[in-house]
Amino acid sequence: MDRVLMKGNEALAEGAILAGCRGFFGYPITPSSEIAEYMARKMPKIGGVFVQAESELAAINMVYGGAATGARVMTASSGPGLSLKQEGISFIAEAELPCLIVNISRGGPGLGGIQPAQSDYFQATRGGGHGDYHTIVLAPSGSQEMMDFAIEAFELADKYRIPVMIMAEGTLGNLMEPIVMREPVLNKVDKPWAISGCQGRKPNIINTLHLGSEELENRNLHLANKYKLIQAQEKRAESYLVEDAELVVVAFGIMARIVKKAVVEARKRGIKAGLVRPITLWPFPDEDLRQAAEHARLFLSVEISMGQMIQDIQLALAGRVPVEFYGRIGFTPNPEEILQEIIRLAAREGL
Amino acid sequence: MDREKQVLFAGFGGQGVLSMGQFLTHIAMNAGKEVTWVPSYGAEMRGGTANCLVTISEEEISSPLTENPMTAIIMNRPSLDKYESRIKANGTLVINSSMVDRLPEREDLNVLQMPVNQIAAEIGNSKGANMIILGAYLEKTGLIEVEEALDYFGVVFKGKNEKVIEENKAAFMAGVEYARRQW
Repeated sequence: MDRVLMKGNEALAEGAILAGCRGFFGYPITPSSEIAEYMARKMPKIGGVFVQAESELAAINMVYGGAATGARVMTASSGPGLSLKQEGISFIAEAELPCLIVNISRGGPGLGGIQPAQSDYFQATRGGGHGDYHTIVLAPSGSQEMMDFAIEAFELADKYRIPVMIMAEGTLGNLMEPIVMREPVLNKVDKPWAISGCQGRKPNIINTLHLGSEELENRNLHLANKYKLIQAQEKRAESYLVEDAELVVVAFGIMARIVKKAVVEARKRGIKAGLVRPITLWPFPDEDLRQAAEHARLFLSVEISMGQMIQDIQLALAGRVPVEFYGRIGFTPNPEEILQEIIRLAAREGL
Repeated sequence: MDREKQVLFAGFGGQGVLSMGQFLTHIAMNAGKEVTWVPSYGAEMRGGTANCLVTISEEEISSPLTENPMTAIIMNRPSLDKYESRIKANGTLVINSSMVDRLPEREDLNVLQMPVNQIAAEIGNSKGANMIILGAYLEKTGLIEVEEALDYFGVVFKGKNEKVIEENKAAFMAGVEYARRQW
């Protein structure tokens, strides 16, 4: 199979185009801007729309409008930009409009820095804006998955009428590695709810205001049922050497690859270490963690943050196994230092 | 961790540090290897210095990052100061002696020096410094065979005009010849 060398950001953008995305609305911010740059080059050539909006608020509301017409549309940003988009994302979630929202994540809070980080985990997995809602959150770990998950994201978005987020660290946006180019998605999803011109049929209305008590509760129950269905059907994780693992490390995105190397080295030293990599951050793959916990004496959450996913791990394990944390921000922990942490914990626990 | 070979390229902006790493990544991919290329894009990118880390492996690459690369290609003095201590024990240090005015302090390293800027001036291609040092490095280590690398110039520089490709090839070969004579 022919391989091409692509940056993660470009692979993601090309994946979205292959999925049939023909509308990109954004506002540039490091380290996500290459997605917008790629779209600015490509969209005019394929009959698509690229708009550099006047602000993040405008961009997300263009996504809202574009998605309402039934088109496959997206936006991409990084931390501070995502914060600005939260109001729009809440509206899109309530309106049940499919779209792709990308966070090429960097360190906060505030303007923070431009170094890769995973500290938008809470924002991504808890809805982020106001009200009871979720977005599906996919966490790729390489250039190939940047492309594949972009395609997958649009399929999931249409299947459940839900905004899907891809959260990838800035490292992944910039990482270049060989990928296999995918085929374009040709099947069109029927969207009878779309505002696509109502000649010969009743007008469709997309509205998020529900003033009546019953109406409001019914809307929320409807959404809650949808989220339960997604939780039942879409949890994904990758487990590595967990069958007999006494120390299970949990990490996602680029961090999972770095941890994998440390786990291999730990095994060479006789430490029974394993790795669980959540692929969907929401819905969180709690069952995979419980399976990995069978022989585990200790879990370790490694994150490029001050500790966020650790809460989901603790919820999943419900006190059965203690969970330790190792994280940095501004720096990405490297395999050597994670190995040292595994060795330290294994010695302490007598593993 | 030895089945994977990591090469760190470091210098200041304009020396072609990132593109040199990309070039190696490209030819290694074409030679059938697994590869990753990670640029620095911290705050330093906006101040002048640049670096990238290339990993080449026969197998799937897990971590594209490492604290201790096997080799460092050092294009200026600040990069030597920053990275000398991080190179793996008994690793290789390739130094552009035109821009580095001290010797490494470590004694376990295999040190290869060449006056890259001087050679670039001699062949009349001041922008070719990166290809010169890369050519020398590949000739010396055989990480990718020189003959194989030459085959891929056309593919890697696809879309560039013939003159640019030939100039890069000439610079690359100037490095290869230096390594044959001096190293």
